[in-house]
Amino acid sequence: MDRYRGNPQAIAELVKGYAVHRDVYVDQEVYELEMEHLFPNSWVYIGHDSQIPNTGDFITSKIGNQPVLASRHRDGQVYVMHNRCPHKGVKIASEPCGNTGKFFRCPYHAWSFKTDGSLLAIPLKKGYEGTGFNTDEAAKGLPRIENVKIYRGMIFARLAEQGLSFEDYFGDALSTIDNMADRSPEGELEIVSQPIRYMHTCNWKMLVDNQTDTCHPMVAHESSAGTAVSVWERAKEANPDMETPMAVQLYAPFMSPYEFYEGAGIRVWPNGHGHSGVSGSIHQDYDDVDGYLAQMVEAYGEARAREILGDVRHNTIYFPNIMVKGPVGIMRTFIPLGVDKTLVESWVFRLKGAPDKLYERALMYNRFINAPTSIVGHDDLEMYERAQEGLLSDGNEWVNLRRLWEDDEPTEATDVVNGTSERQMRNQFYAWRKFMIQNMEDTTGTPVEAAE
Amino acid sequence: MNRDDLIDFVYAEAATLDRMEWKEWLALFHKDGRYWMPLEWQQEDPILQPSLMYEDQLLLTVRVERLSGERTFSQKPKSRCHHLLQRPEVVSMGEEDGVYKMRTSFIYTETRGDLLDRYSGWVSHELVEVEGALKIQLKRIDLINFDAPFSNIQLFI
Repeated sequence: MDRYRGNPQAIAELVKGYAVHRDVYVDQEVYELEMEHLFPNSWVYIGHDSQIPNTGDFITSKIGNQPVLASRHRDGQVYVMHNRCPHKGVKIASEPCGNTGKFFRCPYHAWSFKTDGSLLAIPLKKGYEGTGFNTDEAAKGLPRIENVKIYRGMIFARLAEQGLSFEDYFGDALSTIDNMADRSPEGELEIVSQPIRYMHTCNWKMLVDNQTDTCHPMVAHESSAGTAVSVWERAKEANPDMETPMAVQLYAPFMSPYEFYEGAGIRVWPNGHGHSGVSGSIHQDYDDVDGYLAQMVEAYGEARAREILGDVRHNTIYFPNIMVKGPVGIMRTFIPLGVDKTLVESWVFRLKGAPDKLYERALMYNRFINAPTSIVGHDDLEMYERAQEGLLSDGNEWVNLRRLWEDDEPTEATDVVNGTSERQMRNQFYAWRKFMIQNMEDTTGTPVEAAE
Repeated sequence: MNRDDLIDFVYAEAATLDRMEWKEWLALFHKDGRYWMPLEWQQEDPILQPSLMYEDQLLLTVRVERLSGERTFSQKPKSRCHHLLQRPEVVSMGEEDGVYKMRTSFIYTETRGDLLDRYSGWVSHELVEVEGALKIQLKRIDLINFDAPFSNIQLFI
């Protein structure tokens, strides 16, 4: 029985602000509606243009559960297309990335397409003469996605034909991407390696919620970060002249006390975007890298260089499903595979023109925190899995998001609040509700008033 | 050291892990030894190419101490592991540089609660002699599917 399909009122009632109903995490129908509504209505990250520098280069990705590909055409432009042959639906590109040469060729019946998606040729074409084929959707080639924006190299697309423009959707939230790219003396980022991939048996939103959850590190990660601190302290007692290694600098701040996170702040933006670490963050005290500041000063001038490097935002959520960690140069994508299955891909950017040491540190951070072999990740995943099971309890159908709640909390605002607030999680769910029901037709036949 | 000593060492090291004698296992490493799990095929650089693990004594000690911690939530219940090794191949007797090199094909199983995961690949050992005993300078794990999305791998392959 459909409880939510065609019932925007029922969807809206899942989000109370200070609480959300467990069905947002565990209900199969809600998950299917996310694929049909939330992801198509949102601007979703596809990939980075540095992954496809040459004509014929392509990457594959997904928007919700729909396969897409982005390719570099001979006009130098990037085109984003549905990754399915217009003939029988076979995926045209099956690898994460590659170069297809001058055209894509379907391996099933050899239909071929230019790298902008348009139909190039079909074998034995005479079989279609006089059949009306040229009036078919198939005659257009690979269905192209029109709403595409490349911002500082990051490729985003919106599947729905109608919706918010890229600029209206992200607004000031783009400042984190700007800051990350500005950290390159050349102002450009590049991806030169594969991501760390990590399978999670939980709903994708648990990972999104966790990115700005500042009340969990000192609890869930005591066993990893706390142990790192104590092992290091013993090593230092034995040898007081040792300098704090990069590894300890990365782990130790996870044990920062509540007061630190409270003061660091959280900023929210409309449409579900927001970040932890406004006036400071766990990334603020890393060692300077030799020669880097001088490069930045030369590129931007002293004042601007210090402004860029002084903005040490912790985790920025670009709703719905990516997180950018600007000061380290990491981006994580939370890819939904099922209501209780999420693939996490954690990418490291190289700052063009910057010292290798920064890239070394980002790679180290990524394997410490975001890998299936990460002792920090182990405890995070344990929490998500236990939540996914615990939510099946009928003892309480609600997930509590009340921390630092205020009545009349605005659902579309730019604001800076106490850094231990659950405001950004609530902010995400206001956007979730908005983009779930934006184009959802009410088929219940019940006037909304009567349902209340 | 002769070939049998080297081969015996590789088997004994795996057995130490299977018995979950973590501190004894750590003691098999040279003080500057490394444990490396690359993320790329035939990877050459552990620093500027991404890896799943590249850890020194300090980081390995953190892992080992964490495994027995009271608040190590992902180890409630605890994991267990099993190494199935093919006969180690002696790649170098260290005639020139004093580094013995071994390569061993493996199937590794890690289990926790009702779940069981299995991994395949090759382990490469670089061993040096310190005061008459073999020590691990580098233990490198190359999984056949290094780029696949795994769930938690909590113990040591």
